[in-house]
Formats: sequence, C-alpha cells, structure tokens
Amino acid sequence: MRDLTNEILELIRRTSSSLPPDVEKRLRASIEKEEPGSPARGALETILKNIDLSREKSTPICQDTGTPIFYVHYPVGMSTIKLKAQIRSALAEATKRSFMRPNAVDAIYDKNTGNNLGGDDFPYVHFEEVEGEDLTIELMLKGGGCENVGRQYSLPDNSLGAGRDLAGVRKVVLDAVQKAQGQGCAPGILGVSIGGDRGSSYIKSKEVLFSEMGTRNTDPKLAELEERLTSEANEMGIGPMGFGGKTTVLDTKIIGLSRLPASYFVSVSYMCWAYRRRKLTVKGDEIIYD
Amino acid sequence: MKQITTPITDDVIRSLKVGDAVALSGMMVTGRDAVHKWMIDTFIKKTRAPQGDDLQVYEELKKILNGSVIYHCGPVVSGLDTKEYKFVAAGPTTSIREEPYQADVLKHFNIKGVIGKGGMGAKTLKGCEETPAVYFHAIGGAASYIAQTVTKVHGVFKLDFGVPEAIWVIEVKEFPVVVTMDSHGGSQHAVVEASSKKILEDLLAR
Repeated sequence: MRDLTNEILELIRRTSSSLPPDVEKRLRASIEKEEPGSPARGALETILKNIDLSREKSTPICQDTGTPIFYVHYPVGMSTIKLKAQIRSALAEATKRSFMRPNAVDAIYDKNTGNNLGGDDFPYVHFEEVEGEDLTIELMLKGGGCENVGRQYSLPDNSLGAGRDLAGVRKVVLDAVQKAQGQGCAPGILGVSIGGDRGSSYIKSKEVLFSEMGTRNTDPKLAELEERLTSEANEMGIGPMGFGGKTTVLDTKIIGLSRLPASYFVSVSYMCWAYRRRKLTVKGDEIIYD
Repeated sequence: MKQITTPITDDVIRSLKVGDAVALSGMMVTGRDAVHKWMIDTFIKKTRAPQGDDLQVYEELKKILNGSVIYHCGPVVSGLDTKEYKFVAAGPTTSIREEPYQADVLKHFNIKGVIGKGGMGAKTLKGCEETPAVYFHAIGGAASYIAQTVTKVHGVFKLDFGVPEAIWVIEVKEFPVVVTMDSHGGSQHAVVEASSKKILEDLLAR
C-alpha cells in the first residue's frame, strides 16, 4: 500500500483554503438579495473577498479550522491502521505549515497539544469498507462557533407544540435557526437527522452535510420539507452574521433514520458559510482532487 | 466609513451608533475564553492567587488596554519556532461565551471596545453604557482578509494557554467592523432577536 501522507496533506490544504465551488456559487447568488449599502450586503462582500484571498494565498478561510472530520471509503483488504497513521501525520504537518490551527485541547487539563492530535477521537475518522478498487478520503472542517449552535430535540416538545411527525420536525428546526441567530456564522447550511439514538442522530446530521448544495432527499416528502425549511428560515430576517437580512440559510439537508418506538430525536447540525469539505480519490496510480 | 485609531476617547465612543461602519487602526490585544476567566479569577474577583508571571502580565495589560480594544480571536500564527510571529488567519470568535465576564473586564481595564462576532447580551450592553464602550462586529470567517489588516505582532503573553487562547498584542490598519452595540443602549442583536422571535411564533402557529 502506497504512502498517502503528502496527498492527504494536500487535501487538508485545499479544504482549509479553498471553498467548494457549489458553496461559493450560492454565496455569490445571495448577495443580490441584500440591500446595497446594508451591513448584510457588506458582510457578504467581505466573505467573497476572503474566499478569493484564501485560495490565492493558501491561507485558512477561517482561523477556526474546526474539528477535522474524515470519512474514508476503502477497498477490501486495505489497512485502516496505516491509513489512520497517515491521516494523523498529514494533519500534524498541515498544522506546522499553518494550514490548520492547533485545535485539540485536553478537556480535563486544558492543554492544547499544539499539533491537532488529541486522543483517538481527534481527528474524527470514520472508515467504511466498500466494493471496488478506489479509495476515497473526504474531509470536512467544522468550526466551533457553528458546532455550538447545533441542537437536539426529543419529540414531542410541548413548549414548541411539536409532535412526533414531520410537522413537529419543521417546528423544532425553525426554533434551532432562531436560537442560533448569527452566532453560527450565518448564512448557514442545516444538516437535519430524524430518528436514531442521541449519538447516531448527531453523527448522521453531520454526515448528510457531505452532499453537494442543492442535493435533495430522494423521498419527495423530505425533499419538500428541505425546501420549505430553507425558505421559512429565511423569512425570519436574521441575515448574514445576524445583522438582519434575507440570507440566513443557504440549504437544508435531511436524513431519515430508524428509531426506537420510544424515541423520536431530531438533531440539527448547523454548518457555517465557511462550509469546507473536499474529497480525494485514489484510482490505481491516479490521484484526483475534487 | 469612520476611521478610528486606538487609544479611543470617550467622546469618540459616545459618538458611535449602531450601524456605523468603522475602520480601526492602532494597537489592540486578542483575548478569549481562557483570558477572560483568568482576568476575572485572578485580578477582578481574586478567587485565585496570581501565579508565575501573572502580575507582570497584568501590569503590561493595564497599560495596553487602557483606551484600547480587546479582540475575541484565536488566530492561526506562523513563525512560532523563530518567534517572528505573523497572523495568517485571524477572524473573530463567537463573543457570547464572554458574556459573564465582559462588562467587568471592560470597566476594570477601561477598555473602549470589544471586537467579536454574534453580539453579546444585556449585561455587556449595560457595561458598554457605563464604561463607555462599544461592540464592534467583525465578519465571522473572514480570516485571511482580516489577517491582512494586522500589520505587526508586537508580542504575546500567556502562550501556555495555547496559540488560539494566548494574548497577542497586535497593530492593525483599517480593520473593518460594524458597530452593533453602542454606548447608548442600542443593540442590533436585541432588535433582530426580538423580530425573528415574533416571526418564528407566526411560523409555528401556521
């Protein structure tokens, strides 16, 4: 098995400094919706300048390079022990080169490890064995500001009048957006999972964020709810950075899970506008970055 | 856009209103979660005895912060090995976590402004009226862009808090911000919070 440390390092550099084109396109389109001269429009203008500058200079789009979340799909027989070691070593090198901020802090002793390597949980690496010969490594960087405004609801929620159905889901998701205000660096992208246990529900609400902007759930009922939530969230007028304005949420992605008869969880992961996710594919000798 | 350079006078602060776009220049320091807790525990409420270089850093900070600005920021910094520090990425962090501490810190050090993102609450707003001081909102995530306005890193205190949590003494030139909380009780965050809450209630009733 070839050593992929350098390729993973390049994946990290790209993820941190170059926003995916589908996200950038949405941000550019939203600028026209805001009043000329308004703080909301000013915020979007600065955001777009920053996207260009970061790409040009290979510097982090956001100083909070977040939790590095890796999803690895590997062919039968490949060593995940070796892959994990290469991911960790690439991450330490990326930190040394200032593509990443040292972000792993021991929660008990308040010590920053200085190289982004914490315990087994940091970085977060998910492995899945797949058919075929290709290896793919996807990386998402999710900052603390937006992570902090994520919410989980256990339905029914009487305070919001939210029952155990999609109408109830709609209510709690809108509540999460209102509570987040601008603190998750709006305009945001919502990852929503319905069902699961508390753990799987949160994990899947992030996993769904790996899909492209505008990707709709194949279930028409959920696809409709995705569109409706984006539109209604924008009616609340929170706007970029919470300055007030029309652009609060850029897209909503929903995933339905299995649940226990007793449980009905809805988890909302809020992704900031700096929606950093990139993919590396290894096809034989060929290396492809998206 | 108003041009303002630190140290800032009370008259200039009182002249600022919610919605004003400002280009800030001059010396300021970064400080976030660990720093605010350390300031409160060690020097303001004094529930913890000063340790190591605490008192020395305190004396330096009193001079720098008087009339200046504290920036809620955990930067990406290059040159850590050579100590030729340079800010590579330096956008604001979410300010609301400092809500329990901010008003007391503003008054204690006579700080004239807080730069951050997401806004702060009623306690800080009252602190802004009394000090007086204002809340300058920077653009969250615009880290490369803001780092370019940091012309010099003068030094760092408390690097043992970690790079993001340390106290970086910086000089900036035309750092773009918007006043979202002023010294007259005005808060854009309170306005948007209330109006969005009303719309949410209407949406929930549908």
